Amino acid sequence: MAFPSSADRPALNVTSAKIVVAGGFGVGKSTLVASVSEIPPVNTEAWMTQAGESVDPLSDASAKTTTTVAMDFGRVTLAPDLLLYLFGTPGQPRFWPMWDDLCRGASGALVLVDTRQLDASFPAVNYFENDSDVPFIVAVNLFDGKLTHSLEKVRDALCLDERTPLVTVDARDRRSTAKALVACLSHTMKTTPTRA
Amino acid sequence: MSVGQNPWVRPYVLTGGRTKTKHQLYVHTLVSAAHFDARAAAQLTPESRRLYDRVRLGPQSVAELSAHCGISLGVTRVLLEDLASTEHLQINDGAYDSPFDHRLLKRVIDGLSELG
Repeated sequence: MAFPSSADRPALNVTSAKIVVAGGFGVGKSTLVASVSEIPPVNTEAWMTQAGESVDPLSDASAKTTTTVAMDFGRVTLAPDLLLYLFGTPGQPRFWPMWDDLCRGASGALVLVDTRQLDASFPAVNYFENDSDVPFIVAVNLFDGKLTHSLEKVRDALCLDERTPLVTVDARDRRSTAKALVACLSHTMKTTPTRA
Repeated sequence: MSVGQNPWVRPYVLTGGRTKTKHQLYVHTLVSAAHFDARAAAQLTPESRRLYDRVRLGPQSVAELSAHCGISLGVTRVLLEDLASTEHLQINDGAYDSPFDHRLLKRVIDGLSELG
């Protein structure tokens, strides 16, 4: 679909897609995003303001109108007219409302787990099983390059539905990450109608 | 000093108290500008101008614009919609109706497969 364009004129018909990378704190989400991102992953604080969440901020000292958040995202240009964004979810429970915002319009989600701290990713699995329409897969991050527990054991421990794919990934490795993201979107293709 | 740099001014003062946008502006929705109009830029508020200036670099997501301009995501959304309504910017609705459109998924899968 290439069309003649001058290099200095920005193409206006660029499309973007998004995959959400979820999981607990310290399971390797930032590493995974960084392994494929062409821009230094953006990890900012104090740029998120949750407005309209609380009606009267003064009624509760904890319900601040301004909330700082650290969020990771990266970008991959897949074609001149196609960008893929990867958004890491904030791990802290108090940022749950942000998950809905991040997941809206996502083509798929990848829940990353660390077998040394499986429970860190329970909330993310629960979220995608119960509170989201975004198709998801679970990926075990191979921190030291090897799988310490069998995938069946991991599936049991996570109480993961049979239909949810479970794969392994080395989040540091670009090729491995790309493969896991392909598995994620292939799952979306299988679970959504052709003309979604 | 611009309002955005003053911690004592509530962020949504910049938007006249508006927190919602009419369009669905996802964090990954792309924003672009067909051309840069320096005279129009000079008349914008400092925050809108930062966003408008940044878009000159090429199509970028709402999240990137928010992060790079140091403007909260919610405020960024409202300001970008204003800039689009005055035709400073264009919000790319994307070529596909749904994030689950198989033609889109296929293209992303093909692109990712070539990354390795």
